Amino acid sequence: MTTEAGRLRSYADYYATRARTQIQANFQYRVATYMWLVGMLAEPIVYLVVWTTIAEQQGGAVQGITRGQFAAYYIVWTLVRNMNIVFTPYGWEWRIREGQLSAALLRPLHPLHEDIAGFAGWKVVTIVLWLPIAAALWVAFDPELDPTLLEVAVFGVAIWGAYLIRTMFLSALGMVTFWTTRVSALFELVVALELLLSGRLVPLPLMPDWAERIADVLPFKWTFYFPIDALVGDLSRRELLGGLGMQLFWIVVLTALFYVVWRFAVRRYSAVGN
Amino acid sequence: MAVGTALVVLALVYSHTDELNGWVQSELLVVMGIQILLGGVIRTTIQPNMQRLMEEVRDGKLDFALTKPEDSQLLVSVRDVRIWRAVDVFSGGAVLAYGVAGLERGVGVGDALLFAALLALGAVTIYCFWLVIATLAFWIVNVWEILELFEGIYQTGRWPVSIYPAWLRFGVTFLVPIAFAITVPAEAVTSRLEWPTAALAVGFTVALFGFARWWWGFGLRHYSGASA
Repeated sequence: MTTEAGRLRSYADYYATRARTQIQANFQYRVATYMWLVGMLAEPIVYLVVWTTIAEQQGGAVQGITRGQFAAYYIVWTLVRNMNIVFTPYGWEWRIREGQLSAALLRPLHPLHEDIAGFAGWKVVTIVLWLPIAAALWVAFDPELDPTLLEVAVFGVAIWGAYLIRTMFLSALGMVTFWTTRVSALFELVVALELLLSGRLVPLPLMPDWAERIADVLPFKWTFYFPIDALVGDLSRRELLGGLGMQLFWIVVLTALFYVVWRFAVRRYSAVGN
Repeated sequence: MAVGTALVVLALVYSHTDELNGWVQSELLVVMGIQILLGGVIRTTIQPNMQRLMEEVRDGKLDFALTKPEDSQLLVSVRDVRIWRAVDVFSGGAVLAYGVAGLERGVGVGDALLFAALLALGAVTIYCFWLVIATLAFWIVNVWEILELFEGIYQTGRWPVSIYPAWLRFGVTFLVPIAFAITVPAEAVTSRLEWPTAALAVGFTVALFGFARWWWGFGLRHYSGASA
């Protein structure tokens, strides 16, 4: 029991330290991070303008979504989009091709912990730098946002749930690089699917019904549409908590998948170049 | 892949409406085709040269180009062509052709010529914009982030600039000349171009070209070489 507690404590220690160093490192590149955040704004602003234009043409709403709700959706979108940026299969490809994995395997911790803790630290920086951007967008686009306390709380948890789902999903996908070190074609295909079925392009109710049904059985919407909808939409208490439950479900499933594949993958790993 | 998602968004938009601010689906396909096509031109010819310029300022290799007895601006602008990027020129052209085929009014010879001229002007405008930014490398070593910013802002060109709120429309017209490069040629194809707009596009391009040339000379005078 005590060894178990000690192990947990050393994990917590590792996470805190790794996240902290990432926070410090990334605050050193404020200007670069800002340029990058601003560059990413073009995508949601374009969607926002297009859909508010249509809403206005049709007397104020599309499929029951009003102008102000579109504004709220795409402003919250900018934060959720950032929470969705994680260690990609390209990272795994690099790790294997450059022989970095050999060193990582010698450490007593699974390399996954390094990714999760490191990117989480970076997220903290992103969230802080994002706040002024959100304020500017708020003034420019006048969103309709009036969340309850519970919705805010669920949103606060759900963005981290989204982060974990996407991390585990892309790490599992990254395992493919043990068999081939060229993943870009597969990765791009998955990203395109995700783009369509996560709610990144449009709020899911605007998609055709069949597409919405496909989205229901995939993990993507829990990383994008659900967190936004939790804050912006009008979900019942049951839907909010159920959504968090679905996030947990996907985290567990994808983590299990990752570990199963990992065991096979690492067995057939032979460092490239040695 | 990017073309595919763009078409999906367009299909979604027009499943909820018949026209967007007066533009029907075929007309928006024209806008999108031009945006993709011009994006291909930028990535084939303009971007590689400007990237190389910025890199060489940092590494000190630009001196080799400057010592040649030719016009330095011309020289740094035509050294690289990445021909495989031209695939966007073709896919953009295909989208454009498909859009044109769906137009109700059809395109007259006059409109087509006007379009070709304005598109060429648009490419010049974008080139001048890039040169102005790349010249900044003489003072600021790291201008890569500005590139990323441009990639993002260029996406706004997929839609006619008239749908944007005033502050943004001003930005993508005069600060980053996307409106002149994409929307104005698209207006020519869809027969909605008014002469004052065309004149403004010509005037703006001439002025920007003059400024870019002066700015390049100004930057060069401040350049002392990396190793000196």
